[in-house]
Order: sequence, then C-alpha cells, then structure tokens
Amino acid sequence: MAALLLLPLLAACGGGGGGVPTLNWYIGKQSGGWIENAITECNKQAGGKYKIQFQELPKRATDQREQLVRRLAANDSSIDIVGMDVIWTAEFANAKWIVPFPDSERAALTDGVLKGPVESGTYQNKLYAAPFTSNTQLLWYRKDLVAAPPPDFTWQQMIDTAAGLGKKVQIQGARAESLNVTFNALLESSGGRFLDNPEAGKNATISLEPGPTTKALAALSNFANSPVASPELNTAEEDTSRAAFEKGDSVYEINYPFIYPSAASATAVPDLQKKLGWARFPRVDANIPSRPPLGGFNLSVGSHSTHKAEAFQAIQCIRQPANQLFAAEKGGNPPTTSAVYDQLTTDQYPFKDVLRSSINDAAPRPVSPAYNDLSLALQNVIHPLNSFDPAAAAVALRKLCEQALKSEAVLS
Amino acid sequence: MTNVTDAPQIARPTAKQNKLTDRDKAERRLGIRLVLPAAIVMALVTIYPICYAIWLSLQRYNLRFPDDRKYVWFGNYTKILSSGVFWQVFTNTIAITVISVVIEFVLGLALALVMHRAIFGRNIVRTSILIPYGIITVVAAFAFRFAVSPDEGGFLFKHASTPPLSSHYGSLAVIILTEVWKTTPFMSLLLLAGLATVPNELVEAAKVDGASAWQRLLKVILPTMKSAVMVALLFRTLDAIRIFDTVYIQTKGANNTATLSQLGYNQLINQLNLGLGSAVSVLLFLLVVLIAFIFVKGFRTDLGAVRGER
Repeated sequence: MAALLLLPLLAACGGGGGGVPTLNWYIGKQSGGWIENAITECNKQAGGKYKIQFQELPKRATDQREQLVRRLAANDSSIDIVGMDVIWTAEFANAKWIVPFPDSERAALTDGVLKGPVESGTYQNKLYAAPFTSNTQLLWYRKDLVAAPPPDFTWQQMIDTAAGLGKKVQIQGARAESLNVTFNALLESSGGRFLDNPEAGKNATISLEPGPTTKALAALSNFANSPVASPELNTAEEDTSRAAFEKGDSVYEINYPFIYPSAASATAVPDLQKKLGWARFPRVDANIPSRPPLGGFNLSVGSHSTHKAEAFQAIQCIRQPANQLFAAEKGGNPPTTSAVYDQLTTDQYPFKDVLRSSINDAAPRPVSPAYNDLSLALQNVIHPLNSFDPAAAAVALRKLCEQALKSEAVLS
Repeated sequence: MTNVTDAPQIARPTAKQNKLTDRDKAERRLGIRLVLPAAIVMALVTIYPICYAIWLSLQRYNLRFPDDRKYVWFGNYTKILSSGVFWQVFTNTIAITVISVVIEFVLGLALALVMHRAIFGRNIVRTSILIPYGIITVVAAFAFRFAVSPDEGGFLFKHASTPPLSSHYGSLAVIILTEVWKTTPFMSLLLLAGLATVPNELVEAAKVDGASAWQRLLKVILPTMKSAVMVALLFRTLDAIRIFDTVYIQTKGANNTATLSQLGYNQLINQLNLGLGSAVSVLLFLLVVLIAFIFVKGFRTDLGAVRGER
C-alpha cells in the first residue's frame, strides 16, 4: 500500500533522470523578474542540455541562509545552483557545501569583472562563487538644501551640516546584517580590518586593531548620539531609511540605489527624485579614501548536485552581460561586469559612474567561514547604537570576535 | 461553554487508601493497559529527543566545521554559564515571565469573577473574552508591533522621541503587553473553572459573618480554589519561560530583549552549532523541570484537581 502511494512521488522526482537534467536554482525572490528572465533565456540557449528551475527562497538574506544551510548541511542533492549572498562564500566553501569553479572556467567568470565582487566570491585563492549582480551604498543628499559634498567629505562633516540645518540623516541601525554592512565599511575606511589573514580560512586571526576600530566605532557612536540620528535608528533597515527620507525632514541618506526610482513616486516632497544628489560613501578620516560596502548575488554549484558540469555551464549563461543588464534595468541590481555599465542609460542610472567606482573599491565583509558569527558578535556588542563607549566596545568586540571565529561564542 | 466547570468536591470518601478491593485492582490494571500505548508514544517522541539533545550538548559539534567534532563533556555548559550574553538573556526571560504572569493573574482573576457572575449573555461574555487566545501569537505580535512603530504605519507613539521598540524597556513593555493581551483569557478560563468549585454556601456564610467583599476573596474564595490558581500559574509560567514567537516577530532580540528559547534557536538554526545550542536547550529544559517541581512539590499543586479527578 505504502509502495503504491510512493510510486507517483518517485516518478515525479526521477523525471529528469532519463532526458534533460533539471537544475534547481535556489535564490531569494527578486522584484523585476530578472531571475525568471535569466532562466528563460538560458533554457532557450541550452538547447536541451539542461533545464533550470527556479526554487524560490525567502526575501531576507538571513532567512535565505537559514533555509539553505539546513538543506546543505543535510547533503541535499537537489541543490544544483545556489544564489549566494556575497557574505556566504567562505562559510559554504569551508563546510564543503559548494565546489570551486574549475580553473578553466575561471577566466570567463572574472575577466572584466569589478574587483570587489571577484574578491567576495574567492576563498583561499579559488573561485567558489561567480559574480552575478552587485550593489553598494551611496551617499544621497538633497541638492535643494545642501551643496554637493567634496571628495574628502567625512561623517563628522555630514553630521555637522545636517545638524546646522536642524535636519536628519538616515542610516541603518537595526540589529541585523545591515549593521555590519555599515560597520565594516567604516572600519575599512578608517584603515582597519576584521581579519589579519582571511586566506587562512578558519585559522585566521582577528585583526581589529584598537586605533581604527575605535575610530570606526566612534563615528557610529557620534552619529547615534547626535541630533541628526532618526528616533528609529535602532530599528531602521534599508526600507525604513528610504521611507523616512521620503518624508522630507532629512538632508542625507546612506543607502542602496533602489531609493532612486522610488523617489519618483514620493509624495511628501514634490519632485524628490530631481532634488536627489549622490556621492561616494563618506570618509571617516579625511585623508583615507572611503571603502564603500558591497552587496549582491554570486552563483555557486552545490557539492551534492548530481549535475555539476551542467550547473557550471548554466552559471556561465546566467551571469552573461545581457542578463546582468536586464537585472540592472528591471530589478535595480547593479552589474558586476564593468562593460555593462556603459550600456546603462543615464536616465535610469545617472549615478552609474560613482556606482561603478564604488563597487570596484568596495570592501567586502570579511571572507571567513565564521562570518555569520562575527557579524552576530558585532551586533551583540554595539546594538543599540547610542549605548556603547567606543574604546570599551573595541575591546569587547575583539574578545567576542576571537571566540566567534572559533565558533565558540554564545551569541544572541 | 457553561458546564465546563462543576467538579463535585464535597463529601469525598475517606480512609480507604490501604484496602483495595479486587474491583479496584482490576480497574487499576485496566487503567494501566489503556494508558500504556499513549505512554509509549510519548516516550518515543519526547525521551529520545531529550536524550539526543543531552548527548549533543556534550560535544563540540558545528555543522559548518564537521571535521572539528569532538567530546568536550561539560565544556559547552561552562562556556554558556560564563558568558555575559546568557545571563542577560536569562534575566530578560525571567523578567518577562514574572511580570506577565503576575499581570495575567490579576486581570485573569478579575475577568473570571465577571464571567462567573455574568447573568445575561453568559455565553457571549465568555466567548468574547476568549477571542485574543484564539488569535495566532504571530498575528498578535505583528498587530502590536505595527501599532507601536510609527515608521510601519503605527497609530501610537507618533510623536514620541523614541518609539517603544527602539529602547530596551519599551521593547520589553510591548512584548509583555502582547503576552498579557494574548494569554489572559487562558488564565481566566482556568480560574473560572476554579471559581466554580467554590461552594456558594461558604461564600454566603462568610457574608453573614460580616466579611467584606475583599476579605471574602482573599480568605475564602482564593484559598478554596488554590489548586486551580496554582495550576493556572504553573501552566502560564511554563509557557512564558519558553517565549519565542512574540520576541522573534517584534524585536528579533534587538535592544537586549532576546530570550532563552531564542538563544537556543540562534545557536542551532543560525549558527548550526549543535553542541552549544543543545546545551542551551538542555538548560532551558532543566529550568522548566525545576519550576514544575517547585510548583508541584513546593506549593503542593494538585494537577488532578482542576480536571475534576478527585
């Protein structure tokens, strides 16, 4: 009886076995239909060699990761292609959940690709994740209220200018990954870094030198304790910042470019989109160029996939410039291939040059197998943002990160 | 709804403990045979996972570092008990539990007294009081979160300099409020069952003797329904100490509001640290056992009384 019931299920599972192999692509749902577009295009181009199927993951990166790691840790062989957030590479590679690209394929995936994204997909000198889309945060400002910031514009100047006008500045301070997006950019912009030797993988050592770390933490703390911080700073995520900025009482906002199209339909400030200016992520130290944050999606092949060769081919197809262009135009996700920026219209991406150089110079968050724990350690130490002392927090952060790197820290 | 409650309490047969008749013995055997299948299933679905968790908690075992797996005996427990995060989380959990259970008890008792006395619309009153308990916790948690966060369209605290979910005490207050709103009906239902066991003659007699309403409540009604009170408090305390969903939805543990369940969840699901996470779960389990033990032995709570078994 049981066997009879199971038969149709088994038949359904084995469907791809004889004919065209089905490649399951696990990736979070994206607006603009660029995942579906890439799948349709590549299935057409594959000419029957494989058929990609969209396996939808939740919207938030943290939730995507939770589902993926549970499946990967259980050796799920149905995972052929993984849509990877840029911060997962080392963790997934070290746990042997994904396989590196063969050297023969590497050049095609990295030639002409911006530095930041390539660095984010590389672990111990092997390319584990092929750059697909990217993202970074820019400094957005109200052209009608303040002058364009000079190239060496600092966080302190930003706070002072806004405070002088009695206006707010929107950044993300929620106890979430976005906190580490901001902190890591501040740290690298102060000349510091999380790890001394990320290439050592799980044997890396914590850097976090007291000088730059304290400086980065002080920049955050000064901001949070200043009158320009939003009352909801400690729960603000990207979309909270966008909504708050559109209300009109802010002059600056640090956020991803998705806020630009959204500004066109803002109602509280007439013609907000036309009043928007953009610049690179502000500096911490006037003499050190800033290193903006890096986001985006890379593509990897699951190590228990039964169709690895086809999956590698499919990734080459998915990340091709035409699909990147579609993702940028319809989904607002900046490309990783430099040349694609030239095809973007200045109408839709008037800020494309600063976007491209920001992504090229961006500081990927530490490439460490324990990255998730490092990020949680930071959240444990510095949230809420208006309640820590920079020098003491730098010491506490270092200590907790040392435990976290060995995955021995108890983190909430 | 109306006849949930009558448990004949008066004139209980006494002094037949030691002499069991054949019939008693046969009934007892039948009873054991009847519960045995259920007991075996319970053992399989609870004892096995508990033992497995204890076994995992003695190892360094992280699914992201499978090669580093080894026995560390009580290493995970020392790490947890010596970490600041654990004690913060422990304090939060206890604070949420104690404050919410106390408020629920007071409100629940008031509601139970109202329901007990209601003359018209008894069914409507009782049913409507139960509505919050029928609403899914996640939904209730979202409703309160949206109500108090102006940036998410909330209508409360629109002009506050710090909205409640941006501060530690504010967040705790919202979490406790949600818990109280959601589970007071459960408390009042259990207390209502207890109220029905208080003989009316007893209350009338106290009235005749000149006891005030307050005295009747404290000296007559509450002591008579003590077992119902203790069971209600025990159930709610055990529930509250395991609080997870409300906090997960409203703050995700931000502003230092994480609870023990959430700490375990984070170690297990987010960090895939089976050793450390299982150790947190085992500690939570021990805490639950300890609380149950204190209630049952320390306060002599009779779990059978409310169900009308004796």
